Amino acid sequence: MLWITCPTCGRRPVEEYSFGGELRGVREGITDPIARDIDYAWMYDNIEGVTVERWFHRAGCRRWLTLRRDTTTDSVVAYPLPGGPRGR
Amino acid sequence: MRFYQHSLELYQTLEEELDSWFMHETKGLMWLAHTETQMRAERARSLLNLACGAETVMITPQEAKALCPQLDLSGGGRYPVLGASYHPAAATARHDRVVWAYAQGAMRRGVHVVQHTRVTGLVRDGERVTGVETSAGRISASVVLSAVGGSVSTVAAHAGVRLPIRTHPLQAFVTNGYDFPFAGIVSDTELLCYVSQTERGQMLIGAEYDAQPSYSLRSSFSFLQSSAAKITHLLPFLRDLRILRQWTGICDISADFSPIMGHTGVDGFLVTTGWGTWGFKAIPAGGEQMAQLIATGRAPALIEPFGLERFASDQTMADPGSTGTH
Ligand SMILES: Cc1cc2nc3c(=O)[nH]c(=O)nc-3n(C[C@H](O)[C@H](O)[C@H](O)COP(=O)(O)OP(=O)(O)OC[C@H]3O[C@@H](n4cnc5c(N)ncnc54)[C@H](O)[C@@H]3O)c2cc1C
Ligand SMILES: [Zn+2]
Repeated sequence: MLWITCPTCGRRPVEEYSFGGELRGVREGITDPIARDIDYAWMYDNIEGVTVERWFHRAGCRRWLTLRRDTTTDSVVAYPLPGGPRGR
Repeated sequence: MRFYQHSLELYQTLEEELDSWFMHETKGLMWLAHTETQMRAERARSLLNLACGAETVMITPQEAKALCPQLDLSGGGRYPVLGASYHPAAATARHDRVVWAYAQGAMRRGVHVVQHTRVTGLVRDGERVTGVETSAGRISASVVLSAVGGSVSTVAAHAGVRLPIRTHPLQAFVTNGYDFPFAGIVSDTELLCYVSQTERGQMLIGAEYDAQPSYSLRSSFSFLQSSAAKITHLLPFLRDLRILRQWTGICDISADFSPIMGHTGVDGFLVTTGWGTWGFKAIPAGGEQMAQLIATGRAPALIEPFGLERFASDQTMADPGSTGTH
């Protein structure tokens, strides 16, 4: 089972959290603004490997956090540096 | 709905056509409702099904009990059954046998099935896709159709195609044998779980997919815990059975919960994806319609609304036929 360490509450089971989606940047490679919006609205990287994503500690401190998770093993591999809002 | 109804009809004669037995059995499916809101949703489901030729009727709690005597109509005191929609033509089949039957049928007709060989890339000639790179070498093809389930984003990325798909694990488990017959399939949209009996008498239980996307095939104890807690409210006899086996598969869930079939914008590269947790019932129709699309280059009317273009043209849909299981 997946456990996530919240900076405020410590190590808690995944059931306490809500998945907030992969962190998606605007794709500079797409030059047409409409195509870029469509991509932003609908498309996912859906990476098989390490993703950067947002989680919400619903049944805890109710704060958002950003982490890196390996989707091939469903385990957290890294937490953001303190102060880095996007965790990159 | 029409697409899935077509699939159901194809399944009914498929064993004969493929000359093999995959335990296709018409059992009937009921969707239980515990609230007025859910009753309305089930009424809407049955009317829509009916309009699309898939007979579905509303039944009373007593009628549900007559069909499935094990049902606790009080739902353990927490989930009283107010009624249900009932689809008598619903059926189950043994999933791996369906795959084998198709593989054998295709091979008899001259198709090469290459096993244990992974697609590792796509061969491109300018903008066109002209083949696949595999762990056993390169294979040229004038059309490449990706039908790789939850791995679709990885394969499509080789063609530079991005998809509105997220890959989520879905788990299920079976118990040891239950000595009595259990009628049909019982499903519940509020508790998000379903149960039926396998040919061997085991009780098969499934629930919703894992909340976070992942490619991991690891099964979890928390899944067993939560689905067992839910399903025993409705079917208390399950408490006396033991869990025999659990397993996990990965599902390609699309952003509007409907399948995506057809062209991708890259010449020579097509996808059939977005099958989520409900793709098994779609197999005969999905295969037939995609074959027509490849042969003619155009999507047949039945699957035309399921093109990838719908996301760009604001014609997404939440097809009610997709979101159920079975
Ligand atoms: C526990 C569970 C219960 C389910 N219950 C139901 C149900 O009750 N009713 C229902 O309708 N549906 C159900 N489903 C969903 C159904 O199983 C899927 O929708 C269906 O199997 C999808 O078929 P597919 O052929 O598109 O993909 P899959 O069956 O996933 O097949 C994809 C194949 O592609 C292969 N592949 C992947 N990557 C590569 C690569 N790079 N190169 C070569 N090959 C590759 C895989 O090995 C696999 O064999 C359930 C799924 C699960 C996991
Ligand atoms: Zn917290």
